[in-house]
Amino acid sequence: MPQPFMTFTSRCVPLNEENIDTDQIIPARFLKGTSRTGLRKNLFNDRRYQDDGTPNPAFVLNNPKYAGQILLSGDNFGCGSSREHAPWALTDYGFRAIIASSFADIFKNNALKNNLLPVALKPNEVKALFKAVEANPALEITIDLADQQVLTPQGTLMFDIDPFRKQCLLKGKDDIGYTLGHLNEIEAYEQTHQSTPVSLSLKSQ
Amino acid sequence: MNPHSSAKTLYQKIWDQHVVHPKGENPEGLPTILYIDRHLIHEVTSPQAFQGLRDRQLPLRHPEKIIATMDHSIPTIGKQPDGSLKFTDPQAEAQVNALSKNCQEFGITLHDLTSDYQGIIHVIAPELGAIHPGMTVVCGDSHTSTHGAFGALAHGIGTSEVEHVFATQCLLQNPSKSMEIRIDGKLASGVTAKDIILAVIAKIGVGGGTGYVFEYTGSAIQNMSMEGRMTVCNMSIEGGARAGLIAPDDITFAYLKDKPFSPKGAEWDKAVSFWKTLKTDPNAVYDKTIVLKAEEIEPMVTYGTNPGMAVGISQCIPPTNSDSELAEALNYMQLSPDTPIANTPIDVVFIGSCTNSRMEDLRIAAKLAKGHHVAENMRALVVPGSQEVKKQAEAEGLSQIFIDAGFEWREPGCSMCIAMNGDQLEPGQACASTSNRNFKGRQGQGGRTFLVSPPMAAAAAIKGYLTDIRYWNQN
Ligand code: SF4
Repeated sequence: MPQPFMTFTSRCVPLNEENIDTDQIIPARFLKGTSRTGLRKNLFNDRRYQDDGTPNPAFVLNNPKYAGQILLSGDNFGCGSSREHAPWALTDYGFRAIIASSFADIFKNNALKNNLLPVALKPNEVKALFKAVEANPALEITIDLADQQVLTPQGTLMFDIDPFRKQCLLKGKDDIGYTLGHLNEIEAYEQTHQSTPVSLSLKSQ
Repeated sequence: MNPHSSAKTLYQKIWDQHVVHPKGENPEGLPTILYIDRHLIHEVTSPQAFQGLRDRQLPLRHPEKIIATMDHSIPTIGKQPDGSLKFTDPQAEAQVNALSKNCQEFGITLHDLTSDYQGIIHVIAPELGAIHPGMTVVCGDSHTSTHGAFGALAHGIGTSEVEHVFATQCLLQNPSKSMEIRIDGKLASGVTAKDIILAVIAKIGVGGGTGYVFEYTGSAIQNMSMEGRMTVCNMSIEGGARAGLIAPDDITFAYLKDKPFSPKGAEWDKAVSFWKTLKTDPNAVYDKTIVLKAEEIEPMVTYGTNPGMAVGISQCIPPTNSDSELAEALNYMQLSPDTPIANTPIDVVFIGSCTNSRMEDLRIAAKLAKGHHVAENMRALVVPGSQEVKKQAEAEGLSQIFIDAGFEWREPGCSMCIAMNGDQLEPGQACASTSNRNFKGRQGQGGRTFLVSPPMAAAAAIKGYLTDIRYWNQN
């Protein structure tokens, strides 16, 4: 069961790019495991390490100026492959929220199911945050999910979140329990809608 | 969409038919519990979901609705002399073994490497006739959008959702907006379904479809084969859409007739009359419509590091102006702005993936390759999408044409589309690929991917550089 998502205050890591795809977040060759943990060392692997395996000083995660539990990024964060290994790697590394101007659909869903909060702010707000963090890497901001606010020294920014998702996060509840609470309706649906089973009919051929 | 109108889009019809809860008004804005008819699984995104089910001590609700195969990390070089398979690493092998074990434990039929139906999950499910119009289909894989070609609502999900579908046969969803993508007219010779979808994504951008389900309409789509329609719907996700749909018609029904899991006899007639109702009503309103003219679409090629960075083969790579993302992409791709994309040298050609590894793709590529030989120092692979495609291509003599022309003829799998199984680019190598993603490192760390259609890929293999297929016969 997930832990309830609490208000927290942290510094930010600025990854000032658009269209960060899940192949970058965790390259496919690290998807061969069978558990959800242990992915932190390969987060952003091909950008974080040089060919000889040493840290790439040009990549923001290796910049000693920056640290924190909030990743700041541009438009369409998490596009591409549906791999849930992307939020697993981000949370395993220690991130608790991503602030970006927009998120790809599947990534957003996957993140919400893993206690990783996708916070979409307006493009000009994200731009201003990048500027503020780059000017002052020690800057701390607070993410308050209950009030849907990001508190920054420059002011308070509001963000949207699906009300159901918000409650799940705040209460540490997950979807399966919710849906199984509607088992009667699922069974009723199945009574009236029969679709061809596929494995059984193949076996009987 | 207008909630007061009774006219519905195809998307709304399928959605409404699968709502389990809440029916009607939804003042609290709860997500819809949507019933799922088909669940496709493979080795990479399922193990944690099976483990989750075990941890919760929950049964798997409907193992008989699942199609399972192994495709992503399996070797495509065939068996070793001793009959074993050579995996790149023990982890990949362990993952594949975990799938076998999980399927056995939970009673799922697995199309493993000994099955006549093994192959890329999005190639085998349609071949089996397991995808019917009007179904909801999910898979822990973003290219599940492929199956929208049948007028099924099909989308990729994450592993937590795989577990959710295992446990409940449902998914929690909020409705998407609808976007009509109309392509009217007739494609020029040498221009394929792949070029249409690359042109669409170039137009709307990789995030242009976020929040939408696409419906492809227009005469160019209506005249397209099922294989072409699958190619188009496959890449809907590259435009950011949740799914892509094409209304079923006689071409769809002809494809499905007599497939292993298609309805038979009286059931077939009943099914077809239902399937015929699955189209957008004449008065229904899409949230957005974009229109492309088929005649204006050229053979497309990507120049950058996402699928939206694409131009016609006769065009120049755009100027970077102050676009730092583009500048970085061109730097990675070792290309210069304002220069023609044609004649770019290519080291490797990959014909395969769930986008372009079906019979139609192999036939058109083989037609070009016939009587030619791949360029010097060129590495060219043809990886059929499934055992069935492989068998058919061998029966038609296509495999021999490829082999004679210097291509490698492989076993079915994802192979160099995702570079998990050892089939991968060396750093710096340029690859003309029929797959769907040109992200940095997608085909191997440091590799440079140019997405193209199968005939464009075959032509590049022979020439050694990107060339305009429309002038092939004049060369
Ligand atoms: S062929 Fe490529 S895109 Fe398709 S399922 Fe396999 S890895 Fe994914």
